[in-house]
Amino acid sequence: MCGICGCGQPNGAVTISKIDLKKVNLGKVSPVADGHHHDHDHHHVHAPAAKQAPGKTVLQIEQDILGKNNLLAERNKGYFEAKNILALNLVSSPGSGKTALLERTLADLKGEIPCYVIEGDQQTSNDADRIAATGAEVVQINTGKGCHLEADMVNEALRQLKPTDGSLLFIENVGNLVCPAMFDLGEGARVVIISVTEGDDKPLKYPDMFHSSQLCIINKIDLLPYVNFSVEKAKEYAQRVSHITEFIEVSATTGQGMERWYEWLRKRKSGN
Amino acid sequence: MHELSIISSIVQIATAEIEKAGAQRVESIELDIGELAGIEFSALDFSWEVGVSQTVLEGAERHIHRIGGEAKCSECETVFNMQALYDPCPSCGSFFSEILKGKELSVKALTVS
Repeated sequence: MCGICGCGQPNGAVTISKIDLKKVNLGKVSPVADGHHHDHDHHHVHAPAAKQAPGKTVLQIEQDILGKNNLLAERNKGYFEAKNILALNLVSSPGSGKTALLERTLADLKGEIPCYVIEGDQQTSNDADRIAATGAEVVQINTGKGCHLEADMVNEALRQLKPTDGSLLFIENVGNLVCPAMFDLGEGARVVIISVTEGDDKPLKYPDMFHSSQLCIINKIDLLPYVNFSVEKAKEYAQRVSHITEFIEVSATTGQGMERWYEWLRKRKSGN
Repeated sequence: MHELSIISSIVQIATAEIEKAGAQRVESIELDIGELAGIEFSALDFSWEVGVSQTVLEGAERHIHRIGGEAKCSECETVFNMQALYDPCPSCGSFFSEILKGKELSVKALTVS
C-alpha cells in the first residue's frame, strides 16, 4: 500500500511504456465546450510564523554549505547523462600544461569524437583563443577575483556552448591545486595533472585535490632528464592520499604517451 | 582563497532562513566544520569580518564545532582518528580507508530575534 495516500497500488507495480504513434488513431480533438473548472484547492493556509518577541528563537538549520553548488552540479550531471556527454574536470596548478595537453588532444581527436571546451581563468581569453585555433568550440569563463570554477558557472557556460549529444567536454579549471577540489561541477571524472617540473611530493602537499580525482596525468616527461622527479615516488604519494590507480605519463609537446590518454578517453566514453 | 566563497554561501543560507522565519537579526550562528573538510580555520577567521560585512551576519556571534576526522581501515576495519588525509591505519599501516567523520561543512543552527 502506498505510504503517502494509502492507495492499493503495491510498490513496484508502476510501468512506463512509450506509445507507438503508428498504432494510434489520430482523430480530431475537440475543445471542451463548457470550460467548467473544479476548485481542487485542498491547501491549508498557514498563518505566517509569529515573530518570537521579545526573546530569541533558535532555528535548527542543518544545511550543507555546499548544498546549493552540489544541487546545481547534480543538474549539470543530469544534462550530461541525458545528452550522453562525457564531461571531464581538468585540475592542476598553473603552468602544468593543461591547455597544451588540450590543444594536442583536440588536434589528434579531430574528426573522431566531437569535442567541446569550457575554459576557466581569472582574466583574459588567452586559453580559449588557443583552443579556438584548433577548431573546437569553446567558452571562456573569467572568474575575476575567483580562484575556482563552480557549478553555476558551468551551467551558464553550457547554455552558451550547446554541446551536441555524444560529445566529449573538457572543463579546464582555474590553475589552482587547492580550491577547485571542493567544488563539484557535475563532471563524469576529475583528472589531476602534474608536471615533472613541480616536485614529486605534490600529492602529499595538496592531498584534497588528489583525493577528489580519478585519474592522474604526469606531463612534461620529455624534461625528466633535467629535473629531480621520481615518477615512482609521485605515484606512491598519490596513492597514499587518494584512490587513484591510473597514472598516464605524457609529453603534450612531443606527443609521447598521448595515445594512452586517448585510449583512456575512448574507453571512458564508451562507458567502460 | 575559497574560504570567502564558503562564507558567501553561509550568508546566503542565513539570509534565506531569517526571511523565512520573519526575524530581524541573527544573534548567533552555529557551524559544523570537519577537520578534513578542506577548510583552513585561520583563513576562515581572517575572512569572516570581510565576508559578513553589510550582511545579516554582521555582528553575529559565531560558534564553530570542529569535528575531528575519523576513518575505518579498508583492510583491517580498525576505526581510528584521522588528522590528515594521508594518515595510515595505526593497526596495519594501510593507506586505504573510508572516512566516517571530518568532512562536515554545514550551518547547524541560527539564533535570531
